[in-house]
Amino acid sequence: MAFAIQFVIDVLSLGGAYALMALGLVIIYGILRLVNFAYGELIMVAGYTMFLTSGSGLPWLLMAVLAVVMAIVFGILTDYVAFRPVRAKSVTAVLITSFAFSNLLQNAALLFISPRPRNVPLPDIFSQTVSIGGAITPVRNLITIAASIVLLAAVAFLMRKTTLGIAMRAAATNFTMARMLGVPANLIISSAFALSGFLAGVVGLLWIGRIGTVVPGVGLEPLLVAFIATVIGGMRSLPGAVVGGFLLALIDTTLNYTLSQDLLKFRDAFTFSLVILILLWRPEGLIKGPASGQRT
Amino acid sequence: MKHSYLTALILIAVIAVIAVGSQMIGIRLYDRIATNLLISLVLVIGLQTFMGNSGLLSFAHIGFMGLGAYTSAVLTIPAQMKGMALPDLYEFMKVVEISPLLAMLAAGVVAALVAAVVAYPLMRLSDAAAVITSFALLVVLYTVMNNWSALTNGPRTLFGLPKTTEMPIAAIVAAVVVVVALAFKESRTGKLLRASREDEVAAAALGANIPHLRWRAFILAAFIAGIGGALWGHFITSFAPKAFYLKETFLIITMLVIGGANTVTGAVAGTVLITVAYEGLRGTEATLNAASSGSGQVIGLTEIVLALAMIAVMIVRPGGLFPNREIGHILTRSRRKKEKTA
Repeated sequence: MAFAIQFVIDVLSLGGAYALMALGLVIIYGILRLVNFAYGELIMVAGYTMFLTSGSGLPWLLMAVLAVVMAIVFGILTDYVAFRPVRAKSVTAVLITSFAFSNLLQNAALLFISPRPRNVPLPDIFSQTVSIGGAITPVRNLITIAASIVLLAAVAFLMRKTTLGIAMRAAATNFTMARMLGVPANLIISSAFALSGFLAGVVGLLWIGRIGTVVPGVGLEPLLVAFIATVIGGMRSLPGAVVGGFLLALIDTTLNYTLSQDLLKFRDAFTFSLVILILLWRPEGLIKGPASGQRT
Repeated sequence: MKHSYLTALILIAVIAVIAVGSQMIGIRLYDRIATNLLISLVLVIGLQTFMGNSGLLSFAHIGFMGLGAYTSAVLTIPAQMKGMALPDLYEFMKVVEISPLLAMLAAGVVAALVAAVVAYPLMRLSDAAAVITSFALLVVLYTVMNNWSALTNGPRTLFGLPKTTEMPIAAIVAAVVVVVALAFKESRTGKLLRASREDEVAAAALGANIPHLRWRAFILAAFIAGIGGALWGHFITSFAPKAFYLKETFLIITMLVIGGANTVTGAVAGTVLITVAYEGLRGTEATLNAASSGSGQVIGLTEIVLALAMIAVMIVRPGGLFPNREIGHILTRSRRKKEKTA
C-alpha cells in the first residue's frame, strides 16, 4: 500500500510539473505554430533571479515573485527579439532565431555569472518530508501537486471564461479570422508569451527546488520534457499538453522503478524511443487540436 | 545543368586555395584551422543535402557524426592500446584493427545504416513535429554514446586514435562531398525533393513519394556526417561524447543558415565565414583571459556574437547569403544579361 501511495505521489508531482512545462510551450505553439526553443532559458532566468536576489535579505516569497516576474519579462523579450521580426517569414527562420536566442541567453549566463552551479535559496519546507500512509514523501512533491492543480485550474478558467482567453483560443483556431473580428494580434501574441513566461517561472521554482542549484544548462531538461509531452499529447491542444505531461511522468516513473541500474542510464533513450513509436501510431498526437488555420 | 559544373569547379577551387594557401603560409596554427575548416565543410554540406533539399531542420546530424567518430575509433585504435583506451570492449572486437581509410568508409556506412533504420518512420512528419523528433533523436544518440561504455568508454574521453587526417585528405574528401551534394541536388530524387520543399501538396499530387525521398536524403546526409566524424576523430585523436551535442549542433546550423541552406555554395560560404569569425573571436577571448588573469574567465562571448549574427541574418536575409542560386548560376546569368544589354 505504501508503495502504491509513493508511486501515485511520484507520478502526480512529476506529472504536474511536466504538464505545466508543456502547457507553457503549447500556448505559443497553438497560436503561432512555432516552437519556442528559448523556453527552457526562461526557467534558467527564474533560477538566476533567485540566486542574484539571495543576498538581498528579502523574504523568500518576494524573491519567488520577482523570479516569476523576470521569467515573464524574458518571455515577452523572446517575442520581440526572436519571433516578431521574422514571424511572417519561413517557419525554419523562426525555429533558428529562437534556437539562437536560447544560445544567447545561456552563454550570457556563462559569461556574466558563472559556468559553475550556483545555490538557490529555498525555504525549509522544501527539504522536509512527511509520511502519508506509510510512504515517506518530500513536502515539495506535495507543493508541486498543489501548485499544478491550482495553476491548471487557473489557466483553464482564463482560457474559457475571460475575454483574453477566448481571444487567444480564437487566434489559435483561425488567426486571420480572429484579426478580422477585431482581436489585436500583437497584444494576443505578447500575452501568450507572458503567460508562457509565467508558467515557466513557476515551474522553474518547483524544478529548481528539486535540485537546489542553477547552472546555465538547467533549462535543457525541462525543454525536452515539454517537447515530448506536447508531441505525445498533440501539438495544438491545451488539454493534450496536460495529458501528455502526466503520461510522460507515468512512463518515466515506471521506468525508474522497473529498469535495472545498468539500463536506467539509458532511460532517456527509452523514453524518446517510446515517443517516436507513439508518433508513428498517431502523428497528430493523442488529442487533436482545432483544425489548422493560417499563421500570421 | 552547365552551371552546376561551373559551381563545382569554383567551389573545388575555393577548397584548393584554402588547402594550398594554408600550407604555403607554413604556420602550424593556420594549418590546423584550415584542416578544421575543411572537416566542418564536410559536415555542413552533409547537413545541406538533407536540410537544403527537403526544407526540414535536422538537429540529429551531429549525432551521426558522433556515430562515425566512434565507429572509426573502435576499428582503428591499435590492438595493444585497446586494453587501456576501451577496457570493457567486447572480446572479439579487441583484435580488430583496420586501415583508417577503410574505417572511414565503415563509419559512413554505420551512420547511414542507423539513419536508415531510425529515420524511416520519422520522415512522415513535417514542420514542428519533424524538428522536435530530430531533436529527440539527437538526445537518444547522445545518451547511447554517453552510456554504452563498452564501445565508447562512457562519458570519459576516448583516446588513442591514430592521427591520420592531414590537410590533403581533408581537402580531397571535402571536394568529393561538394560534387556529391551538387549531383544529388540535380538528381531526380533531389529535384523532386526540392519540389516538395516548395509545395508539399503539389509535389505529392505530381506523384512524389515525399517520405521516401526525404528518407534517401537523410541517409546520404548521415553517411556524409559519419565520414566527417571519422575524419574529425583522426584529426583530434581524443574526444568525449559531449563533443557531439548542442554546442556543435548550434555551430554547424549557424554555418549552414548564415551561408544559405538551400545551396551548396551557401554551405561553403557559411563555413568559411563562420570559421574565420569563430577563430577570431576565440583569439579575442583568449587575449581577454590572458589580460585579466585570475578575475573571472571570459567564456561564451563567441557564442553570443554568433547567436546575434544569426538572428540578424534571419531578420535581414532569411534565406542566408546564397538563398537560392548556386554561384555558377549567378555568374552565367550575369554574363548573359551583359550580353543582352551590349
